[in-house]
Amino acid sequence: MMVAGARKIWLSAAALVLVHIAVLSAGFLAPYDPVVQNRNLPFAPPMHLHFVDSAGKFHVRPFVYPWQPSGDHLQYQEDRNRIWEIRFLVRQEQPGNGTTHNASLRLFGVDAPGYVFLVGTDDYGRDQLSRLLYGGQISLFAGLLGAALSLSLALFLGGVAGYFGSWVDDVIMRGAEVFMALPWIYLLLAVRAFLPLHLGARQTFFLLIGIVGLTGWARPSRLIRGVVLSAKQRDYVRAARGFGASWSYILRRHVLPEASSVALTQGALLVPQYILAEITMSFLGLGIGEPLPSWGNMLAALQRYYVLNSYWWIAISGFALVPVFLLYYGLSDALQARLGNAGS
Amino acid sequence: MGFPTRFKRGSATLGAEVLSRDTTVSTRATGQHAAAVLFFCAIFVFSTGIVPCVAQMVPAGEEVLITQGEIGKRGGRLVTSLRADPKTLNPVTVVDLPSKEVLGLLFADLIHINLSTQRSEPALAKSWKVSPDGRRYTLELRRNILFSDGVPFDADDVVFSFKVYLDENVHSPQRDLLKIGGKPLQVQKIDSHRVVFDLPEPYAAAERIFDSVRILPRHLLQQAYETGKISQVWNLTTNPKEIAGLGPFRIKQYTAGQQIVLERNPFYWKVDAQRNRLPYLDELTFIIVPTQDTEIIRFQAGDLDILDNISAENYGLLEKEQEARRYRLYDLGAGFQYEFVFFNLNDLSGKQLPEINRKQQWFRREEFRQAISAAIDREAIARLVYHGRATPLWGQVTPGNYHWINSSIPHPAKSIESAAALLSSAGFKRRPDGRLIDPHGEPVEFSILTSPSNMQRTRMATIIQDDLNQLGMNVQLVPLEFGSILARVSDSFDYEASVLGLASGDPDPNPEIGIWTSGGSTHLWAKSEPRPLTEWQAEIDRLMQQQTTLLDYRKRKQAYDRVQQLISQHLPVIFLVSPNVLAGVKDSVAGVHPAVMRPHLLWNAEQLFLRSVEPKTK
Repeated sequence: MMVAGARKIWLSAAALVLVHIAVLSAGFLAPYDPVVQNRNLPFAPPMHLHFVDSAGKFHVRPFVYPWQPSGDHLQYQEDRNRIWEIRFLVRQEQPGNGTTHNASLRLFGVDAPGYVFLVGTDDYGRDQLSRLLYGGQISLFAGLLGAALSLSLALFLGGVAGYFGSWVDDVIMRGAEVFMALPWIYLLLAVRAFLPLHLGARQTFFLLIGIVGLTGWARPSRLIRGVVLSAKQRDYVRAARGFGASWSYILRRHVLPEASSVALTQGALLVPQYILAEITMSFLGLGIGEPLPSWGNMLAALQRYYVLNSYWWIAISGFALVPVFLLYYGLSDALQARLGNAGS
Repeated sequence: MGFPTRFKRGSATLGAEVLSRDTTVSTRATGQHAAAVLFFCAIFVFSTGIVPCVAQMVPAGEEVLITQGEIGKRGGRLVTSLRADPKTLNPVTVVDLPSKEVLGLLFADLIHINLSTQRSEPALAKSWKVSPDGRRYTLELRRNILFSDGVPFDADDVVFSFKVYLDENVHSPQRDLLKIGGKPLQVQKIDSHRVVFDLPEPYAAAERIFDSVRILPRHLLQQAYETGKISQVWNLTTNPKEIAGLGPFRIKQYTAGQQIVLERNPFYWKVDAQRNRLPYLDELTFIIVPTQDTEIIRFQAGDLDILDNISAENYGLLEKEQEARRYRLYDLGAGFQYEFVFFNLNDLSGKQLPEINRKQQWFRREEFRQAISAAIDREAIARLVYHGRATPLWGQVTPGNYHWINSSIPHPAKSIESAAALLSSAGFKRRPDGRLIDPHGEPVEFSILTSPSNMQRTRMATIIQDDLNQLGMNVQLVPLEFGSILARVSDSFDYEASVLGLASGDPDPNPEIGIWTSGGSTHLWAKSEPRPLTEWQAEIDRLMQQQTTLLDYRKRKQAYDRVQQLISQHLPVIFLVSPNVLAGVKDSVAGVHPAVMRPHLLWNAEQLFLRSVEPKTK
């Protein structure tokens, strides 16, 4: 039972690390710059990888057929007369425009003027796969950093409140209640309205993390306070205090490690919440702005009935969210089962 | 909503629900004089609900208007949609678009602009004479016609209506539209069916200002007017029986947030070529549907019989199922709406906006604006944003306005090279990293305001952003709620650039005065400019004023051509595209003649009919 729990923790953690490494190495994995528009190929569907051509001949290298517009309504069909072979580890000059660092070595690509869109293109003809990977950098790390900020605040404030008790506890916990009552989405709207109009993508990113992280500490800090309250009654804590250890030493060495299981479990729960927060803001047009991708602003096109009805691959970042969230929740479950048991 | 302009029909309204046209319903009438129809038949005064299947004949002496067009079948109910609840049913105070759309069907005007021909034609006035100096209009009114409550209409109603609209204490938005050269026109009754209008000065296309001035029933409103309560009457809670007009329909029922039901006006003064009294429909229902996507879904489901202002994307979606779902679609080509991007050229002295003030050094350079115009890929906008259902634009007159467009304005294709050349001639340079810097070495970056509620404008801005990036400009898109964009553009001037759209309500250039002359109420890019700051602006001001008093079409056209040329050359705003007017109609609805002007489908509501009328279920 224990072993299965441990394995589940390691498996989901490893899978999450892989996902994060993948989005961090978008410069290598993504075939294109995520902001480059191909205005002749809006809403091109995902290309199929082929090994056997129309003449029945087998190719060792996978290849794609170019899309050819058919009819007037953004319909495409494969042009079977040309073959674009996929090459691996390619170095090629690509039209980039400086908004992202354009790594010259890419995992795969086709020779210019060919193109390969394995997950299709969006309404400006931008490669969805590249946008998914680069967008993941923003969305996944907004969640991670926001949760880290929340948790450190929660550990500090919850620890202090629980350890000192009396009026310190009162002030911090009443403050926590105020923060729990704050609707962060309106707070973000309000903050946005006060700031200068044109925030760069980086400022917006940190603003999002800041607000979401700063408003989210309340709930975990209450849990941590509870753990600290019980931990400070333990004999070894009393003993340490008797030996004259300072409060910060006791918190660090004896009390907060007790709270680490709660903190980790809470962290695994907070990250997906915060990813969702970023996605919500960007979906509403208040997060990361065009042309940079985030999973939220990629989904924004689905607000249009027409897109929702016609092009499933625009929802790709939504599909990508499902396994990421399942992994985080699985991790949180497993952590709770294991560390919760270990704690008691 | 938006900026009311000084001139009639020019209520060129900005915005997501851009377009405003206060039209009433019109028909394609034949002659100047509608002959009296002699038929010996009793009038059936219908109470609501019961519709006898007897052709309703027209009594002797009633000077009806005989319309041309397909002979229809009486009866049935037509359902269409409104985006929002109307705010009022009072023609004196109305400003919002949904109310205007409903009121257009309840009331009538003296002289009407036919949306199909875009020319004026007789309505309640069966004919009119103009004095040689062009200042006195004598209108001959139709005799023996009745309001929708059965009370006769005469010259007193006309005089009363104009008195109300022109009364300063009433504050009707119509008042400004009835002024010429700053002075109101004068109305006088000659006898029970003749009225004289004196214009303070000669005015081009003066008969067009009568369009959409809705004639009020004196018998119902005089008391309210005398007690100073005219602007409070006829709101949405008023008993429908207390509201009467001369339009083809009258109000039957209103349910807030849900629907407005109009019923046939049994006394309407138009008949078809076989002397059947119009309108054909028994009922016309507006369902309130807040978003276009919901409208599309309900149209697909068959809940709505007609639908206009379909977006290009949704048009493509509807097109696939045209056969299966039994409706037909109309692509009417370029409408009167034009989309543009513009820079803040307001005088900012006295405002604490140093950053924008600094950037205005670029915005004020003509080469800068010309370079931006040259770099924008209008074809791509039309293709990507409108799926090809829009026309690239280089001037304010759209191809839909065939009487006034200056076709000699050049249409240069996108060219990054010529844009770069223009910029370097103005002293801008590229840094080694590709960014554009101004003559002082400052990088060129600015923001464009877009409203997330208007997807098309946001997407146009995304394309512009990418185009300008190729020039080394760093452009940020700032999503802002539409109301605050308008507040920034018209009051605080705290913006750098924005994408907006305007639509003229009339093909005639007069309503555009408020937009293009300095000091005009819709002079968006430089609202604070009371006097022209440049020579070309002074010339535009002069030409626009001049053309209002010229009575000859060719001379006016010449003046307006020059205005278009000046604007496209100096680019106070940079035009992008004109979206096509797209509409859908169920196969069962007949008599439809879609017009490029609003209301595209309901302008001849009285001539619409249903092919197979279902028996009424009671």
